[in-house]
Formats: sequence, structure tokens, C-alpha cells
Amino acid sequence: MWSFILRRILLMVPTLMVVSVISFAIIEAPPGDFMDAYVNQLLQQQEAVDPAEIESLRKRYGLDAPTYVRYFRWLGNILQGNLGRSLEWNQPVGKLIADRLPWSMAISVASFLLAYALAIPIGLYSATRQYSIGDYLFTLIGFVGLATPNFLLALLILWYYFVATGNVAVGLFSDEYLVAPWSFAKFIDLLKHLWLPALVVGTAGTAGLIRVMRANLLDELERPYVMVARSKGLSEGKLLVKYPFRIAMNPVASTIGWTLPTLVNGELLASLVLGLPTIAPLFVGALLNQDMFLAGSVVMILSTLTLVGTLLSDIVLAWLDPRIRGAI
Amino acid sequence: MSQTPLLLSVDNLATHFFSQEGILEAVDGVSFDIHAGEALGIAGESGCGKSVTAQSILRIVPKNGKIVTGAINLFQNGDSVDLVQLDDRGQQIRQIRGGEIAMVFQEPMAAFSMVYTIGNQITEVIRLHQECSQNEARERAVEMLRRVGMPQPEQTIDAYPFALSGGMRQRAMIAMALSCHPALLIADEPTTAVDVTIQAQVLELMKDLQRDMGMALIVITHDLAVISELCDRVMIMYLGKDVESAPADVIFRDPKHPYTVGLLRSVPELGEGHTQELDPISGSVPSPYRRPTGCPFHPRCPEFIPDVCDVDLPPQIELAGGHRVRCHLYVQD
Repeated sequence: MWSFILRRILLMVPTLMVVSVISFAIIEAPPGDFMDAYVNQLLQQQEAVDPAEIESLRKRYGLDAPTYVRYFRWLGNILQGNLGRSLEWNQPVGKLIADRLPWSMAISVASFLLAYALAIPIGLYSATRQYSIGDYLFTLIGFVGLATPNFLLALLILWYYFVATGNVAVGLFSDEYLVAPWSFAKFIDLLKHLWLPALVVGTAGTAGLIRVMRANLLDELERPYVMVARSKGLSEGKLLVKYPFRIAMNPVASTIGWTLPTLVNGELLASLVLGLPTIAPLFVGALLNQDMFLAGSVVMILSTLTLVGTLLSDIVLAWLDPRIRGAI
Repeated sequence: MSQTPLLLSVDNLATHFFSQEGILEAVDGVSFDIHAGEALGIAGESGCGKSVTAQSILRIVPKNGKIVTGAINLFQNGDSVDLVQLDDRGQQIRQIRGGEIAMVFQEPMAAFSMVYTIGNQITEVIRLHQECSQNEARERAVEMLRRVGMPQPEQTIDAYPFALSGGMRQRAMIAMALSCHPALLIADEPTTAVDVTIQAQVLELMKDLQRDMGMALIVITHDLAVISELCDRVMIMYLGKDVESAPADVIFRDPKHPYTVGLLRSVPELGEGHTQELDPISGSVPSPYRRPTGCPFHPRCPEFIPDVCDVDLPPQIELAGGHRVRCHLYVQD
């Protein structure tokens, strides 16, 4: 098992190299650079533009060097832990991301846990009581959840929350905790605010997972080994958890990998609507302004998260199914 | 014939499946007795209801199937219990499953879960039915694996099923079924999924174990050779009905029902020195959703009597020597 994990971690290194090239290419793809965007901005504000100054700025940020030079310079800096400076915010990229990544992660993890905590028992129920009223009800709710756009759900909940309590459920903290140092009370306050974005971001995933869980389990329940287990005298509950459930978890576990980055994407609209200080709005702004160091770093970090997620799901899969352990 | 006490008595069992296409009468009025230590073979083409009969005894019929009539009495220590009346999820039937009546399934590849070692799956059934520690259960499992001829049982017990060969898996399956010393072992096509060379070994093994452990055996198969190898009595099924039953030597020597006659004629024989003309039964098994009126075999029967066979279901006729047949040819007025 340990050698399996080690091999998988080593395999991540070349993958990350390729990812870095692609990230860089994506940032470079649109014509022009940050200076062009900056000049446009100045022109729009009807300010004087001094071409010489722009050129010197370009030189200072190294924007005049050939692409490959800039790539290696960028990569070298990243390897030393220096993500560069955001041209737009005029702050270190590392700091910008560090300020926001924890909130993105908190929302991702919370909605992920919410999705699994809801989807697995509901899927289990739906499969073992196929075509019951409960099954139909969950199926209906699931499809509605799948079809409702995140932002609409966010708006609806915001409105309902306001009508019901008179408060606006925006942000991750109440005002009094916003700048307060960390304490248990602040953590509780965070949890009180976190459920809303977690719910908004996690709904679609939950609905999808319920379908996956239900379908897998229905397949597995028909397998001969279930009848064999029954013929041994096992009780239905024990049998269900030990045999078909464990196999039905395989595809669910393999979704962990792509759940992490999907949640970051799904978070964007919810974050905009709910006014959350997360990565997604920052990323969109960076792309719009061609703030390449920031955008590139975010792409790199999301890709790394994807790889880590994939690794996690592979480890869970290997733990669930001995056939996979020897395969890679 | 009945020197030993009666162990299991199936009386007019009918198990039907209810689906959108209609009602499938998989088993429709089957009766047989089995005595302690006796070996009964149930033979017939696929779809004749052999496996469903076995599943009905253990009450593990798939969820859209239901036992509609009949009784299955299990006799033990002077007491009898009708398995049909038990709650199929209840404590009582679960103690019988795996403990008193165990089953060997057709495909060892699909019958074992691939995510647990065979040791895990064997000790599970031991600990379910016997008071013992994990270590004792493991020792008993190793002992049982040794008994079924598993090489290096101490190591093999920790193997996953997918790492074993087909023959080894079937041995492990038999070990699992026998690990609680059941009074009755039901083997559903025990040799269908293994190679011919392994088949002989598995049959030999089952014969030895049955004799040594003094248990009763029901062998379900479409292969008459398996029956002649293992069984004292034979029951032939066709479309959910028990068409004929007799001691094994009688049925091979003197089959009465035209279906049995046809079945025996369509078995190829080896080593005759010349190519042998096979004599298959004409036609094919009708759709189970539209079973023929009267005798279910009449559309294919060479001895078909018009206005009799297609109208009335033949009664079960008792012939001499425990030979029973369900055919109008033997009705005496």
C-alpha cells in the first residue's frame, strides 16, 4: 500500500510539469499583456499615457523577454515559493491567494462533506427500496436539485432567509467577528455562515451522487455474491454494508478527484451572489485584466488540487478494492 | 428405500415471479423427499425451475419471486419446521441458512466477493453459526480448506478470490458451504463453470465429503453424467413440474416419461469408435410466460395423445420401487 502511494506521488511530478506548461500557455494565449490592458484603462480614464514609462514598466516586470524565458523565470520563482506579484492588486500573489484559498477550501470541503453525508444514505435508501414512495420523492428532489442553477438557489435562499429572519446571509462571518482574532466562538460563527454556500455549491453534486450511488447499488444487489452472502445466514443489514455497498462505493470514491476542482468552479457564482472572499472571483478578475502571475498561480493551484484529489480518490479506491492495489 | 430418517420434505411447492411481462411460474407444483445422508439429483434444461427450487428451500428467491403455495418441512431432532412459513429475513431462517442447509453456487467467480479474502468469507459463516473466537474460526477454515484439497491452506486462506484458479475457487466455495457441517448441502450446477478435468475432481470430492460427513445432498444440474456419478435418486424437471423421479439406477435403465427418454437419448457417448447419431428432443422449450395447457411437454412429445395430453395435467403416478411419473401414458383406469 505504501509503495502504491509513493509511486502515485512520484507520478504527480511529471504531470505537474505538463500542467505548468499548459497553465502558462493559457495565460499567454490572449493577445497583448497586462500593460496593454493597463494602457486601455488609463485611456478610458482620459489620463496621459507616456509610452516610455510603459516600456520601462514592461522591462521591469520582464514582459519584454521571449516566451520561453518568461516561462522558466516564472517556474523558477514558483519552485522557490515565489508566485510573483499581482500587477492589478500590486501585492504578492502568494498573499492574495493565501488570504482567500482557506475560504474556498472551507466551502469546498463543507459542501463535499454535505454532498456525501446526504447522497450516500439517500442512495442506499433509494436502492434498497426501489420504486417506493420515498425513492420517487428523493428522485424528484434530486432532479430538481440537479437542474437548479447554483446562483438561483443562492438568490432564493438569500431572499427566504431575509424574509424569515430579517438578516442578510452574506459573507462568512458576522460583523463582530470579521476582524476578531480566531476563537472557538468565531469558529462557531463561521459554521453558522458556511452552511449556506456549502448547500448552494453542493446541491448539484449531491443530486448527481445520489443517482450514481443508487444505480451502482441496484446493479450490485443483483450479483450472485449477494445471494451467496444471504445463503450463509447473514442479516440483510450487515450483508448490505459488507458486500454490495462497499463495491458500489467505488465509482463514488473515484469522483473525489474531480469533486475538488468542480467545487471551486461551482463556487464562482455562489461567491459573487453571496459576497464571499474566495478564489473564484479573484481568478475571474485576474483573467479579465490579464494579470498573468495571479491567473497562472490560480490555475497551478487548482491543478495541484485536482491531482491531490485524484491521489486521494485512488488511495480510497485501493483501500476499497484489493484488485486495484496491484494494478498501478 | 427409507432406512434413514426423513430430513426434508417438499410438498407441492410453487414459486412464481411477478413482473411487468406477466407471471412466470418458475416452479409449479414440485414434491420430493430427501432422507438424511441421501443424494438427490435434480435435472432438467435451463429454465425448468431447478435453481429456483433450491432458492425456495433457503428462502433466498430474488425479490420479485414469491412462494405461492406448498410446504417445505425440515425435520430435525424429532421436530419439524415449515420453511415456507418463516419470515425470510428472520432469525430462524438465518440460523438454518449456512448452518443446517448450505449451498454451493454455480459460478465461483461471481459467488465470492472479490474485495475480501476467502478466509474472511469462510470465517464469517463459521462465526455466524458457531460460538468461537476469530482465531478458532480461522483454524477451522484452514482445516476445511485442507479437507477439500486446497494446496497450502495456511497461505491460500489469505488469498483474494480473483487470485485463485477456477477449480481452487470452487473448492473454496465447497469449503465455505461445508464449514458449519450442514445436514443438507445443495449444489447448484457445481461443475458447470469449471474445466472438465476439474469437474471430475470436484465430483469425487463432493462424493467423499458427503459420505464422510453423512450429510444429505441435492445436486442441481443439466448434466446427467454428474447425477449418475453422485446421486441415489433423480428428479427430472420440465417447465417447473417434476415430471419423473426414481432411484438413479432405475431412471437410467428404465426411464418412463417421454421427456426423460428424450433427455437420455440426447446425451452424447464417448468412445464408441464411430460417430454416433444424436437424437435430440424436437422443438424447443416454450416461453415460460405461455406454458402449454395440460401436460407442459405435450407440444414436443412423441407419444402425444390428442384431446388428453393437451387438456388435462397428468397426475403423479406411483410405479413400483419408488418410481413416480407424471404422464398420461401410465394412467390406469
